[in-house]
Parts: sequence; structure tokens; C-alpha cells
Amino acid sequence: MENDSDSGYWAANVRLLSILLVIWAVVSFGMGIILRPMLMDIKVGGVDLGFWMAQNGSIYVFLILIFVYAVMMNGLDRQYNVDEE
Amino acid sequence: MDLKTMTYLVVGATFALYLGIAIWARAGSTGEFYAAGRGVNPIANGMATAADWMSAASFISMAGLIAFQGYEGAKFLMGWTGGYVLLALLLAPYLRKFGKFTVPEFIGDRFYSNMARFVGVVCLIVISITYIIGQMKGVGVAFSRFLDMSYEWGLLIGILIVLFYATLGGMKGITYTQIAQYCVLICAYTIPAIFISLNITGSPLPQLGLIGDHTAAGIPLMEKINQTITDLGFKAYDADPRSYLDMTLYTLTLMIGTAGLPHVIIRFFTVPKVSDARWSAGWALVFIALLYTVAPAVGAMARLNVTDTIWPNGVKGEAVQISELPTWFNNWENTGLLKYEDKNGDGKLQYYNDKSDAMNAIAAERGWKGNELTKFDRDIMVLANPEIAQLPNWVIALVAAGGLAAALSTAAGLLLAISSSISHDLFKGIITPDMSEKNELLTARLAMVGAIGIAGYYGLYPPGFAAQVVALAFGLAASSIFPVLMMGIFSKRVNNHGAILGMASGIGVTLAYIFAYKGLFFIKGTEMFANTPENWFMGISPEAFGAIGALVNFVVAYVVSMATSSPPKEIQDLVESIRVPRGAGAATGH
Repeated sequence: MENDSDSGYWAANVRLLSILLVIWAVVSFGMGIILRPMLMDIKVGGVDLGFWMAQNGSIYVFLILIFVYAVMMNGLDRQYNVDEE
Repeated sequence: MDLKTMTYLVVGATFALYLGIAIWARAGSTGEFYAAGRGVNPIANGMATAADWMSAASFISMAGLIAFQGYEGAKFLMGWTGGYVLLALLLAPYLRKFGKFTVPEFIGDRFYSNMARFVGVVCLIVISITYIIGQMKGVGVAFSRFLDMSYEWGLLIGILIVLFYATLGGMKGITYTQIAQYCVLICAYTIPAIFISLNITGSPLPQLGLIGDHTAAGIPLMEKINQTITDLGFKAYDADPRSYLDMTLYTLTLMIGTAGLPHVIIRFFTVPKVSDARWSAGWALVFIALLYTVAPAVGAMARLNVTDTIWPNGVKGEAVQISELPTWFNNWENTGLLKYEDKNGDGKLQYYNDKSDAMNAIAAERGWKGNELTKFDRDIMVLANPEIAQLPNWVIALVAAGGLAAALSTAAGLLLAISSSISHDLFKGIITPDMSEKNELLTARLAMVGAIGIAGYYGLYPPGFAAQVVALAFGLAASSIFPVLMMGIFSKRVNNHGAILGMASGIGVTLAYIFAYKGLFFIKGTEMFANTPENWFMGISPEAFGAIGALVNFVVAYVVSMATSSPPKEIQDLVESIRVPRGAGAATGH
């Protein structure tokens, strides 16, 4: 089971999902909560950026993250020849 | 046609549809009963997951919570959506590859321990039963308000409907009824929201209305709301949270709790391939986001609408005459969810924050004797929305059907999680391993009847802690199930001792903290400390403590595993195999 292609695939997967989870944390806990006081001057329409990220924007980013992961993993599956076909 | 007839027609038609689907999608094997034969299209599964996930709390209560909490209410929005990122990246594809039927089954196999599996079953049942009680209450409330039926009869009809299609169709029947229920609930939620957004901001998209201008005042909506409510002595809508630490941990607890909820996880066992599990999580969030990005607009606009109804000319003018209150006000007063009292006997309804010193000075000057809107249940915000916005009767009927769809679809998903863990983990897995498939199917159906019986009983005689159970369900899922699943996939080193002690300490710490402030098993008088922010450890509320419990679980499991022997070779091979998609069984076999 344990061969080079497996561990290369797994390392690539862990690297990808780590990057995506950093973005996940930055938009929600970062911009939406902890960094909000620093972003007060940036407006999205009638509300401040932190408010918008917390109540709307982070959800759109979550969506993009999941679809990016699904697309990139399909590529990795084929590249390392571990896909289901 | 009058409202009552219309509501009976709409609700009756949706129920007939659910029953029709149930008869069409009967389950014949355990594979169909537990995992819909693993043949569900990923987009269809995403839609079913959205209905499964969005409960009576999401549909009925969430916008009202946000309306009164303002900015801080975002913890529910981010918490209940961000968990899907964790599910898609960390759990769903690997658990699909594992290819079995329940969450405790994975825990038991990966940690080669029936003890671990048993702990998983107990957590799953506690989480799911507490959750299902809330759904049954939602059904009862919807029936009693909209169909003029007693709460008890409403509850009974709801139980019979869900029991019929869940026991007959299992996961297969539930999946296809959930798709229909999603369509009903999303229309019921967004149609009133679009009308209200058009009324107030001129924008047909509530998401844009929230950040747009208030048409009549010509200033941004947020500024208008802030003015209106701060004039009454309330804190600004976009004010800072009480504690940044608490809001962060609260959000994190809801996120990892969501990713650890068994009834959501098992939905990803129904798709044909591992790659479908990844896509399906994305589609689920698309369908969830349709409601969750609208909810903050509904909350903000409802807050403004209600305040304007009571103060038609602002706080500088006179409050509304009680005799001229709109009909929805009296309709909801009849349900007991709304109460008012003319304390100063002037025939007008003064609503303001009587805990604010500045307001009390104004009140003394103008002859007010305290806030006269003595009760305003947050659930009214969504349920009365179409009446507040004076929308036609069919919209009101649709909201009733939507609330019922949200409650029934979640209840069915929970029932399936409970019944499969009892028949498959407890009986087939631990007590009577040589049971035939036919008997396992029968056990699953009987377990469902038992579970809904218990939930129905607690729906009829709500325990005092009904409102507290959300803290318990998410705290438990966050501190026990999520960490153990993640470690089972991402570490080959964590072993049986680590998993069991990790789960036990995670649950222990979380329960101890919740019980310390809310009473031992929520029994009044057994609290160790008063449940107020000043007494909380570093200002962390009991609801937010699951994230700390999860951290304890991770640390204990890792330390204990390092101090004891590595898992056997076949377990390490199992972990290797679930990490790659190739070889996932598409068949339903057992």
C-alpha cells in the first residue's frame, strides 16, 4: 500500500487543504470577527467590511473554497493515478 | 379564499406529495435503507443535505436571533455554514471511501474497539434525540398558529407523517422527500424576503438590500436601523460583540459541531463516488447559502419593520394606539408568543429599553411607566413576516408549509441516524452479530418508531432544558465526534486508547462546563455558578465551550497514543486505503 505515489498524493492533498483552511479562517475569524475593528473604514455599500464578511461575504468564500478543492482534487486524483475510473 | 382554507390546502398538498414520494421510493435492502443504494446524484444529495441540515431553528428562529443580536448574530451564519468546508476537506470524501453505513462503525473499525464504537453510539443518540425534540416543538407551533389546531394534535399528525415515510423508505425515501421539502422551504423563505426587501430598499435581492439604502429615508439601511433602535435606548445594530474571544469560540464550536453531526455526515454515504462526496458538500452549501445569505437581511428588515409599526413617527412622535395595532399583532398575542401591557394606561404602546438610564429619564418626562411590549418571541420575526409586510394569503400559507418542511426533513434525517446506529452498530455490530439482513431492517424500523415515540413525548411535555439543548448537541458533536473522525483519517498513529480517552476527556470537560452554569443535567438549583458573563471562565459562554473540549480531545488522544503502542498493521493499511479514492465500492452490498 505504502509507496511513493501514495505519499506524494497525500502530501499534495494536505498542502492544498491547509492553504484553503488558512483562507477559511482568515475570512471568518479574521476579517469577520477579530480584525473587524481595523477594517471599519472599508465600506461594502452601507455596512463596514467586517460586518459584511461576518454576515454574508464569508459564506460566499466558503462556497468557492469547497468547489476549488473539488476541482483541484480531481486533478490530483488523475495526476497520481488514484482516481475512480 | 380565506387564510385558513388556503393554509389547509397548501399544507395538505405538500403532505400528500411527501407521502406519494415515500410510496414510490420504498427501501427493500439495508443498503437502500441506510444509504439509498449509494445511487444519489451529488446535486440531488446536496439539496437533500440542505433540507436535512436546515431545521426548524434555521427556518423559524435564526433570523429573529440575528434581528435582536445584530452583528454578533453572525456567529450562527458563519458557524452553521463554515462547518461544510471542514466536512468537504477533512471528512466526507474519506468516510465515503470507507464505504460503511454509520459514523460509530467507522470509529469502531478505525480504533479496533467496540468500546469506542459504543461511545460513538451514545454520543450520536444523545445529540440526535435532543435535536429532534426541537423539531417536534416546531411542528406543534406551526400547526397551532396556522391551522388552528391544538398543539398536541399538530404534533401527532407531524409524527405520523414523518414516521410513515421514514420507516417505509429509509434513507432512499427520506432523500427524495427532503428534495421536495427543500423546494418548499426555500420558496417560503425567499418570497417574503424579496417582497420586504423591495418595500424597504427597492432591491429585489435581499443580500443587496442589506447593504443598500433605505428608500424612504434616503440613507443606508444600516444607518436607518441604528438610528431607529438607538433612539429607543438599544445598542446599535452593528455594535461590537460583548467579547471577541467568546464570539470566535462560539462560531468555531458551531462549525466543528456541524461537521461532527452524524445525521449530516451519513448523507455523504449516499453518493456513488468519492469525488461526488466533495462536489456534493459544495452543492449542499450552495442550497444552504440561498437561505443563509438572505437570513441577515430578513433579520435586519424585520427589526426595523416591527419598531416602525410601534413608533410610526419615530420616538419623538407618539407610540401607536393599541386599538390601531395591525391584526398580526393580535393574532400572535393569541399564541402567547407576544404580550403587551398598557402600564401607564394611556392607550398607547410604548416600547423602549427600560434598562437604559438615558431612556428612563425620557420616560419619566413623558409619563411612561416601563416598556409595554413585555414579550416578543424572536420566532415571530420569520413567521409573521408576510403578515407584517401585508403580503397575500398564499404567501402566509406557504410560510406555514415551509416551517413544517424544515422541521419534518430534519426530524427524518435524525431518525435515520438514530435507527441505523441502533440496528447496525448496537445490534448487528455488538449484541447480535449473526442477525439476518431482514431482521436488521426490521430492527432499524422498530428503532425509528421508538425514537420518535421518545421525541414525541418530550415534544408534548417539554423538559425545562428544551432551550438549552442546542448547546449540548453542538458541544458534544464538536468535542467528541469531529476530533475522533479527523484523527482517524489524518493520523496513523492515534490508537484505540488515545481515541477512547480523548473522547471521554473532550466530552467530560465540555459537559462539566455546561453543567456548572446550567445545572447538572439542566436541573434547576444544581448550578455551581450563576450563568452570567461575569462568572464565565475568560468570558466564554457554555455554548462556546465545545471548541475547548475539542482541543482537549485532540491533545489527550495524541499524548496517550504516543505513550502506548502503534495501531496494528491492518489498521494502518485501512487508513492508507481511505486516503485514496480508487477502489471505492459503488455497489450497495453489505
